[in-house]
Amino acid sequence: MFLINCPFCGERDQSEFSSGGEAHIVRPKQPTELSDDEWAEYLFMRKNIKGVQFERWNHVHGCRKWFNVVRDTSNDKILSVYKMGEKPPVNYK
Amino acid sequence: MPNYRIHKTEYIDETKRVSFKYDGKTYFGYEGDTLASALLANGIHLIGRSFKYHRPRGIVSCGAEEPNAICQIGSKKDLTEPNVRATELELYEGLEASSQNCWPNVKFDIGGINNFISPLIPAGFYYKTFMWPKSFWKKVYEPLIRLSAGLGKSPTEPDPDIYDHKHVHYDVLVIGGGISGIIAAKMAAKNNLKTLLVDDKKILGGSTIYQNNESIKIDDKLSSEWLKNETQEIKKLSNLTIKTRTSIAAYHGYNFLLAKENLTDHLPEEKKKNKIRQRLWKIRAKKVVIATGSIERPLVFNNNDRPGILLSNSINKYLDYYGVTCGENIILFTNNDSAYETSISLHKKGIKNLIVDLRKSASSELIKEAQNLGIKIYFNHVVTNTFGYRKINSLEIMRLSEDGNTTVGNKIRLNCDCLGMSGGWTPMVHMHTQSGGKLNFRDDDQVFLPKENSEDQISVGACNGDFDLENIIDKTVNKINKFLDINNQDYQDTKIICSKENDKRNIWLLPNKIPLGKTKCFIDFQNDSTAKDIKLALKEGFRSIEHVKRYTTTGMATDQGKLSNMHALGIVADTAGVKMGTLGTTTFRPPFTPLTFGTLVGRNVGKFFEVVRKTSMHEWHVENNAEFENVGQWKRPWYYPKNGENMHAAVQRESKAARDSAGILDASTLGKIDIQGTDASEFLNRVYTNAWSKLAIGKCRYGLMLNEDGMVYDDGVTTRISENHYLMTTTTGGAANVLSKLEDYLQTEWPELDVYLTSVTDHYSTASICGPNSKKILNKLFPNLDLSDENFPHMSFKEGKLENINCRIMRISFTGELSYEINIESKYGNSLWKMCIEAGKEFNLTPYGTETMHLLRAEKGFIIVGQDTDGTMTPSDLQMDWIVSKKKYDFIGKRSLYRSDTIREDRKQLVGLLTDDPKEILEEGAQIVSDIKSKPIDMLGHVTSSYFSPNLNKSIALAVVRSGKSMKGQKLIIPMENKNINVTVSDTIFLDKENKRLNA
Ligand SMILES: [Zn+2]
Repeated sequence: MFLINCPFCGERDQSEFSSGGEAHIVRPKQPTELSDDEWAEYLFMRKNIKGVQFERWNHVHGCRKWFNVVRDTSNDKILSVYKMGEKPPVNYK
Repeated sequence: MPNYRIHKTEYIDETKRVSFKYDGKTYFGYEGDTLASALLANGIHLIGRSFKYHRPRGIVSCGAEEPNAICQIGSKKDLTEPNVRATELELYEGLEASSQNCWPNVKFDIGGINNFISPLIPAGFYYKTFMWPKSFWKKVYEPLIRLSAGLGKSPTEPDPDIYDHKHVHYDVLVIGGGISGIIAAKMAAKNNLKTLLVDDKKILGGSTIYQNNESIKIDDKLSSEWLKNETQEIKKLSNLTIKTRTSIAAYHGYNFLLAKENLTDHLPEEKKKNKIRQRLWKIRAKKVVIATGSIERPLVFNNNDRPGILLSNSINKYLDYYGVTCGENIILFTNNDSAYETSISLHKKGIKNLIVDLRKSASSELIKEAQNLGIKIYFNHVVTNTFGYRKINSLEIMRLSEDGNTTVGNKIRLNCDCLGMSGGWTPMVHMHTQSGGKLNFRDDDQVFLPKENSEDQISVGACNGDFDLENIIDKTVNKINKFLDINNQDYQDTKIICSKENDKRNIWLLPNKIPLGKTKCFIDFQNDSTAKDIKLALKEGFRSIEHVKRYTTTGMATDQGKLSNMHALGIVADTAGVKMGTLGTTTFRPPFTPLTFGTLVGRNVGKFFEVVRKTSMHEWHVENNAEFENVGQWKRPWYYPKNGENMHAAVQRESKAARDSAGILDASTLGKIDIQGTDASEFLNRVYTNAWSKLAIGKCRYGLMLNEDGMVYDDGVTTRISENHYLMTTTTGGAANVLSKLEDYLQTEWPELDVYLTSVTDHYSTASICGPNSKKILNKLFPNLDLSDENFPHMSFKEGKLENINCRIMRISFTGELSYEINIESKYGNSLWKMCIEAGKEFNLTPYGTETMHLLRAEKGFIIVGQDTDGTMTPSDLQMDWIVSKKKYDFIGKRSLYRSDTIREDRKQLVGLLTDDPKEILEEGAQIVSDIKSKPIDMLGHVTSSYFSPNLNKSIALAVVRSGKSMKGQKLIIPMENKNINVTVSDTIFLDKENKRLNA
């Protein structure tokens, strides 16, 4: 059970959060311009990394804010937490 | 009655006699006893029958590892508890326990016949035998297995006990209150760290507290005396919490641990009452010190399972802690020094004993002491057989060959009434591995040890493979100082004297002249698996230890192989000729010891099991005989039976009344989201498929919401209250998800939009009145409101006042009738409802439930998201292309509507179905085919909604059918169990295609 440091509320139990999958997948600004393949890339393709992964979390039973988490999926360690719209920490790329 | 309690100890209060019942017979013990120690004091070893062969079995250990002495406690239907370990159960006045797995009784057991047919029950017996014929499973095999494999009985009535949960945070958690745990806890707490020390026993001290050997001393005191002092000292530390009778069940990531605290299990019945029985501690600790000690290993030899055969150290504990001797003529069979402590202790209490030692020779302080006391030692010998049916009465030993692979010389038969075995010690690495830690193998004494300690977690003492006292104390102190980054000097000058073990010899399967096939060398006592079974599994090709475990069921009983896993591994390694360390272990899964369901659920039982949401009209529905349907957490009136009507009759009546005159529905559960902000219109444009910018203030519009994949997600009517203010309704079940989805887009994709979302589902109650007379009823309720079609047309909104209370009235319809929805602040919901009912009396205003609502909307072909859709339906699949804006540049899911897959002509599409026999009602979920003869039959789709329409006087159904849109008028078949139903594909709208009734 993770302890997640919500950027707005501080450390809270994982049961207060819901996970929203891979982060930094931006919805295309002009979906109609995209081919089926390009749209499918946005819609379906996710990395599912073993190791350092950037993911979205929502403090659903708290402030209800979405934010980003850097997590090493091999040991579940959360390496960093940052707000939506902020740049991902470069040292994990 | 025999009395094996031979001396007083400080842990048994002989002034407090306790009477208890075992298998219906009354016995006495003392406060401080466990059920096992009290039984042994009464000379009772035989305590049950083994699982497969029904062999007599006795108490083996004194703790959580016990495989045999598991009992059924109590006999009340609601309070009886199976599989309780007698070795852990504290004795209390009035305790009733009985042996399990033996019928008709423990002494005469019919299942014992399995013992004689055991050559027929090899490993995998159940898998191999009970396979065929298939029909035998339910009627023959299963009842047979269940009857003979009784691991106790479950209670049959709800548990009346109270359970509790507690969340706590600590700087340091120390698991295990033995000597290393006590030292660690003291060091942590004295350095201002908020510390929790848990131990599963009644008192702290582990195995050290009954240690009384003169050759083991700390600061010139017996180690037990020294530790008692330490225990007194730590109790004074203000930032140390000590929880005894508390065992860690699970160690999860992020140092989140679950512990079970026993609060009343040791109390007599009348003192248990109204108290919390067990408490589940949910512990978050910054750092965890694991000090869980080790468990003594049995030895694997022929007939090693007779009652009277115990672990050597358990004999020692029963003697020195409980004052009970397990026999009067005891033999100790060992491969290490620890049995010598038992021997010396027995000798000092005047109990005759001798030692059989696998090792060729051994030298240490302990061995010298035993030799000086004149205790007979057979070095380089092995026990090859034991005798005695209900209890051991003698055994045979033989000399071991040089390489230890075989026996040599003559058998020596020795009489005894008890055998203690010690195959060395297994560090309890469960917690370490549960936390994600890896293991190393130490060849020296064949143990798995924690490989590494992380910054959050450390193992100290015997669970880390440190067995002698000097090692334990020195290493614990050093490691804890480093781990906690402190500099504690308390143990700087502690003087330790202890015996050092110099000699080791480990043989997993002891040699025997008798062929293995004819021996009974038990590995897992509870599941009755033997060395032979393991070998057979290997012979049959199993290699992975996980497979061998499952095939032979070794380690899969309630004790989870605490005594057996290592031997199974050892024998597999030896047989396969590989190093044990390379095999790996089976996985140690939580819980460490079984938990009650009560502890896990805590207070969340009965009405606290799940949240129940009721509308403010709920009371009226109850008073008026409504049957309820669960919709999400909501209780919604399903139908209102009158005069003994069944559901069908009630629904027919309600549906007819709604169309003939007037009906009223409690629509309060529909999700309501208040949307405000200067970009509210733009926001709606992006989330719904249709256009919103031009919706006039005071108007309502139906919207369809898609997922980004183009599939229908939710629907509902949204009303424009003012320029920048909308009220969105969602489906009852989808309300929370829709809000989450909208928030997600607002926060992540469109943060530039000025939009605020508030869930107001609970803030308003909604009464929906429909039918040709609904306008008249509204007029009675709101006489000042102009209800004319010109001023208040369909799909529009007005504010009204009911007495002095503001209402929002929407003229919208989910039934196809002229219909109004009145929204009022929730606290007035019940009054609103009653006023509507009163005003509607003269018009036969009929309350209707969800079933009638579903029927009425089906007559009109309105979909229910989640019933007629399943996450794979596009608007086009639903024949709802009209609601998808062609002009809008983008909305959620738009691009997906012309993916190659979504434009396929042969997708499943929503159609209407009419049965050839208008009285025939289809079953929802029924499969639809066109050709019944070709095999395999091609499935075209299924029925999603089906009703008998009283207004059309025929059966109607909605269905999804492959290429359904182009099949209108085509005949299809619904094959049912006993008949094939013929249907014709129809339009989805069955009633009032022209929508005349909306303005009736
Ligand atoms: Zn938060």
